[in-house]
Amino acid sequence: MEDRGSLWLPEGTSTLAPAIDWLFNFVNFVSVILFVLVVGTMLYFVYKYRRRAPNERPAPITESKALELSWIVVPTILCLLVFTWGFKTFIRIGVAPPDAYEIQVRAQQWYWEFTYPEGFKTTGEIYVPEGRPVRLLMNSADVLHSFYIPSFRVKHDVIPGRYTSVWFEATKTGVYDVFCTEYCGTQHSYMGAKVHVVGQNEFNEWVETGGVGDLATLPLEQQGKIYASKLACVTCHSVDGAAGTGPTWKGLFGQAGHATSAGPVTADENYLRESILMPGAKIAQGYGNVMPANYSTLSADQVDALIAYMKTLQ
Amino acid sequence: MSQTATLAPQPRTAAPLPGGHAQDDAHNYLTHDRSLKSWFTTVDHKRIGIMYLIVLAVVFLIAGIFALLVRTELFTKGQTIMGADQYNFTFTMHGVMMTFLFLVPATPAILGNFVLPLHLGAKDVAFPRLNLASWYVYLAGAALVILALTVGRLDTGWTFYTPYSLRTNGSVIFMTMAVFVTGFSSIFTGINFIVTIHKMRAPGMTWNRLPLFVWAMYAVSLVQVLATPVIGITMILLLAERLLGIGIFDPALGGDPVLFQHFFWFYSHPAVYIMILPAFGIISELIATFSRQRVYGYRAIALSSVAIALLGFLVWGHHMFVSGQSAISAIVFSLITYLIGIPSGIKVFNWVATMYKGSIWLQTPMIYALMFIFLFTIGGLTGIMVGVLAVDVHLHDTYYVVGHFHYVMMGGTVIALIGGMYYWFPKIFGKMYPERASKISALLVFVGFNIAFFTQLIMGSQGMPRRYYDYEAEFQTLHQVSTIGAFLLASGLFGVLGTWIWGLLYGPKAPQNPWGAATLEWTHATSPPDPHNFTRTPLVTRGPYDFHLADELFLNAGDGSGDGSATPSGDGATIVARPVSK
Repeated sequence: MEDRGSLWLPEGTSTLAPAIDWLFNFVNFVSVILFVLVVGTMLYFVYKYRRRAPNERPAPITESKALELSWIVVPTILCLLVFTWGFKTFIRIGVAPPDAYEIQVRAQQWYWEFTYPEGFKTTGEIYVPEGRPVRLLMNSADVLHSFYIPSFRVKHDVIPGRYTSVWFEATKTGVYDVFCTEYCGTQHSYMGAKVHVVGQNEFNEWVETGGVGDLATLPLEQQGKIYASKLACVTCHSVDGAAGTGPTWKGLFGQAGHATSAGPVTADENYLRESILMPGAKIAQGYGNVMPANYSTLSADQVDALIAYMKTLQ
Repeated sequence: MSQTATLAPQPRTAAPLPGGHAQDDAHNYLTHDRSLKSWFTTVDHKRIGIMYLIVLAVVFLIAGIFALLVRTELFTKGQTIMGADQYNFTFTMHGVMMTFLFLVPATPAILGNFVLPLHLGAKDVAFPRLNLASWYVYLAGAALVILALTVGRLDTGWTFYTPYSLRTNGSVIFMTMAVFVTGFSSIFTGINFIVTIHKMRAPGMTWNRLPLFVWAMYAVSLVQVLATPVIGITMILLLAERLLGIGIFDPALGGDPVLFQHFFWFYSHPAVYIMILPAFGIISELIATFSRQRVYGYRAIALSSVAIALLGFLVWGHHMFVSGQSAISAIVFSLITYLIGIPSGIKVFNWVATMYKGSIWLQTPMIYALMFIFLFTIGGLTGIMVGVLAVDVHLHDTYYVVGHFHYVMMGGTVIALIGGMYYWFPKIFGKMYPERASKISALLVFVGFNIAFFTQLIMGSQGMPRRYYDYEAEFQTLHQVSTIGAFLLASGLFGVLGTWIWGLLYGPKAPQNPWGAATLEWTHATSPPDPHNFTRTPLVTRGPYDFHLADELFLNAGDGSGDGSATPSGDGATIVARPVSK
């Protein structure tokens, strides 16, 4: 069934979405009926029994046990129906098929890092094959986060010191949003990622190139631009001069007298390299020493590419 | 006049005479002593209610301004008026102040304090000094909030989830202390009301004759006394972890962050019922009085309040379906959540049934009662939606949840509180509010509210997460509509404030019983009441909604024309019996 989304729900593109959407639409539909019944009756009474004179005295009416019983029993049955349905689907959401492709997820203020079973990592984006169950085994490095893909209808909190998981099987190729839905600080609303759903063959190729695709053929600064977003540098460092958690990269390269905790420096290649690999060495004035330490493991090629990209941001 | 035999003897001297209002102005609770000292040392439940009203109105105004700042920032994508840190501070302050400092205490502290002893036929609450102490304790809590503001910008959200709250700035320490301290004010009020209801009822005021507002207050007080200590303990544990480094919630110290959520919601879910149960009580009074019909299913409404209060302790886990509790717990919590939905539904059906064959009088309080049924029904049904386990996985922590709880808390609690304020305004201040202006502002509130929050339901189910400073471009239109609605709502609320101020300054003198209500504060106490409420303890011989038995009292004390005048021909002969059969 082709699902283009509705007023209420975005297009559902996982095998779990139809069941959840059916349930949502059912509850919504019954709710609308109940709402119209209650408010319609209320408005009808307001009109029909409106006060015509200040001194009128309506006769007290007798209560009907049958009526009272009916509005206890009918909602109870409806509620139990919806509960059972919701609970069965919930179990389906919670139990991944045993043959699912498993990706490790590490959440950190404020980006997502994905480690593939083949041994490479991506940041801020995740490639998954269409038509194959994927299980994400998640863990947080600092505070609570929550992993949410609206189009797949899956969500689970990501907790430090404990593994949690979500699974899904995407049904349509495309790029979908990932949101963090547990408040985690300053950049919470920017802690997103993109899910790329690709065909199985394309996915295999992508895995073979170590998760970067064939970057080597691109000019160095373009590689740098891709890394800047893939490694989530741009979450904190803007490239257009806007304020952020870290200093903007715009106009940074070549800046003479760049104020740091170790006095003014010229922002040349060596300063930038040092700041990427050892962010605490010379901290730009006005900013905290908050850059995650795992950037120290970037390869020399990646650092080259990033610096080449920064040079273009004048 | 065969009814006379069933009526209690009347303090004729205190009741105004038909056609004129011979009331001793110098001797009501507002005027018997005008000194400032007499206010700050008062143990009169009515004055304490008014002191709470003033403080809580200020808190509501500040928390409301925070809400408008949040909505203004969200008007456009990217930065509109403030940075991300400032935004996080703003929505946190809106949440903390609205829940802990306004919604939890508001109705019991203002209307509960003023009305409850009058409803019971009592001179005051059981422990008047404790009552005054609760106000000062509340003020101390509010002072700690101000202190927290000077220390740093609190940015945890009102939920204080660990481990984030353990690592952010030090204002958390003062804010958790503020929550701890104001909790005591709730406990004081709760204990006071429970004892008052048990021990201070007038002769003849049996449990089955209690107005439903009293039943609601009883249920609320039980929850306040039993649940509030848990939030106190939780806040102390949080402080111990922050200040002493004891590992309770922080995984880095061997603690469990999900444990905090269990503790937090073990209080905060019952707290939701602390907020909404008083509203149920108010609505029962308004619907009955303005339909001039006995409440349909009195016992069902009374007992469902108690059922909700007790079941409310067993559903906290429904805030945590995706937070890492076991699937079994999630399933059990979902099931109990439905059980608690049913008593709330029963109340709505009973209120609508109360209007059947009534004489429905659309004064402002009744408009708010109808508005409540409209909005609370949406709030309740969207609550059923988020209680569905599988659907909640999608909706949890999105704007759908934000929309849902605003329909319940704002559309339920605050709307009922405003309706109740209009209803008891003549009794509290002895003046009438302006009817037409009040209805116009009510319309603004209604329209603004729905524009502001229905859009949030839609953007939430479309996937817009809550507590987001910035958002995807596709959500911008809905955010803008919501912001416009919020400002309409705010203008309506300022209109409400305006009608009250106008009523206070220029309102015509209120009769003793402008609505023709049948509860004791209207039938046996002047407007405003005597410092000791009643000149003689009332003897209760009928139920709170036996309008047909209370007719003589209406006619002597204002016939419900609502304009401050009593109908001259108050001899009982002009009553029009109205069993409408057509």
